[in-house]
Amino acid sequence: MLKRRSLIKAMAATGFGGTLVAALPGCTLPKVPMLSEGSSVKARKSGEPAHVVVIGGGFGGASVAKYIKRFDKSVNVTVIEPKQTYMTCPGSNWYLAGLVNADFITHDYSALRNKHGVSVIHSMVTKINAGAQQVTLKDGRVLDYDRLVVSPGIDFKYEEVPGYSADVIDQIPHAYQAGPQTELLYKQLREMPQGGTFVMCPPGNPFRCPPGPYERVSMVADFFKRENPTAKIVILDAKEKFSKQGLFQEGWAQLYGDMIEWIPASSGGKVKKIDAATKTVYTEFGEYKADVLNVIPPQKAGKIAFAAGLTNDKGWCPVNQQTFESKIHPNIHVIGDSSIAGKMPKSGHSAASQGKMCAAAIVSLLNGTTVPTAKNVNTCYSLVGADYGISVAAVYQLQDGNIVGVKGAGGVSPMGADAAFRLMEAKYADGWYKAIAMDLWHS
Amino acid sequence: MKKLQSQFVKILAATVLTPLAFSVSASEISNAELSATTCFQCHGAEGQSAGGAIPPLAGYPEKVMVQQLLDMKSGKRASTVMGRHAKGYTDDEIRAIAKYLSTLKP
Repeated sequence: MLKRRSLIKAMAATGFGGTLVAALPGCTLPKVPMLSEGSSVKARKSGEPAHVVVIGGGFGGASVAKYIKRFDKSVNVTVIEPKQTYMTCPGSNWYLAGLVNADFITHDYSALRNKHGVSVIHSMVTKINAGAQQVTLKDGRVLDYDRLVVSPGIDFKYEEVPGYSADVIDQIPHAYQAGPQTELLYKQLREMPQGGTFVMCPPGNPFRCPPGPYERVSMVADFFKRENPTAKIVILDAKEKFSKQGLFQEGWAQLYGDMIEWIPASSGGKVKKIDAATKTVYTEFGEYKADVLNVIPPQKAGKIAFAAGLTNDKGWCPVNQQTFESKIHPNIHVIGDSSIAGKMPKSGHSAASQGKMCAAAIVSLLNGTTVPTAKNVNTCYSLVGADYGISVAAVYQLQDGNIVGVKGAGGVSPMGADAAFRLMEAKYADGWYKAIAMDLWHS
Repeated sequence: MKKLQSQFVKILAATVLTPLAFSVSASEISNAELSATTCFQCHGAEGQSAGGAIPPLAGYPEKVMVQQLLDMKSGKRASTVMGRHAKGYTDDEIRAIAKYLSTLKP
């Protein structure tokens, strides 16, 4: 066991880590007895490289993996990500409108592997043993870690929308984890009869990407305006207000007339149940028959966070908001949507920013240097139309252990701005996407 | 018992063995460098162009960047989103970040 571990580490240290670790499929590392597990913990010898395992290759996972290597090449990093290629949620609404193709929002792990020497294993973690500092993969392999980063995104609370479940997502997509769900909604929108109705049911707070549902509606409207101009869009919302609301509604009125109807919870937007077979949504005030129905259920931390006991009673992971180390299990960090990161929204940009802070913290902790306290950022562009962009931004600092927005900074685009300003922000939305994809997956 | 034993070993390891693993030559990561890496998310990795409309930052003349950011922070210079970001940093932080970015190879 120890021999195998040292061997893998030695191989990784020579720069062949990626290929060699990945070339050991089927090599099941035997489970070791408790005492031996304990003695392997942190007994890293002087000069022996540390090993960080990262669960998830999304915005948080790719960021933390790349930046650990950037800050200290000697640390061995292994990313566990089931998918060979990763389609991002950001940009997926632009794809639904037909403004970009699927390749534009789909990335692989070749730069992480080949340029940065990160080992990427396409498997799932089925178990985290926090005491022994080990993860078990679906194929039975067991990996030791000095530090573990958990960045699994979200999972859904299907049970909170009666009538909706994982069994019906092939007819009624949530499309809130990009990939096949996005493709399904793309296809359904194009097959919708002329003059049909698209109904969306967004969740209550907190959820991934607060402006996401409203950008989606905008992009569906952009598509309908060209291909199905008599179609209707109804939003049955679990909330009373939403992110960038004034800006979205200003843009909707300008670009789409009365195509979009938003119904807040108190005016009959609160969903009581849905009938999956007929795509009918029942609210307190009435029923809505959809041609295409998009239910975005309430959310919670990714499955593995629950399996590892990293969650609180609300279903999210409490962390030290400087290092992102779990408040429940030491040596395990949680970043991105699953973590409770103070006032930061659950967004790809937030996750990438947290990944960098976490990478710097881990490298500093491993090397015994001071953990830096740089400010986190969030920037979120939404397209209301192809040439009509809006944004929200914030800068965050640590205050009494909590991430809070810097007063006087951040905020949303101005209301009433002219077409040139909206066009500029639409171009910046495209520029933002290209830059963050380059930063995390392509360079 | 085994669990206790294991915990004991861990405490031992944490207090006695961990410092041995510290690299002697490890250098600190500065706040300026770490902040600069968050700029890359819109402006391109390592300040290199990502091909979109947002300007790359590597090798940007330090004095020019400081002045532009301070002017966007005060509102003297028009911007879409950068003014909202610049307001989140002290003038000293802006100077340190600009200095770091100017050292990156364009």
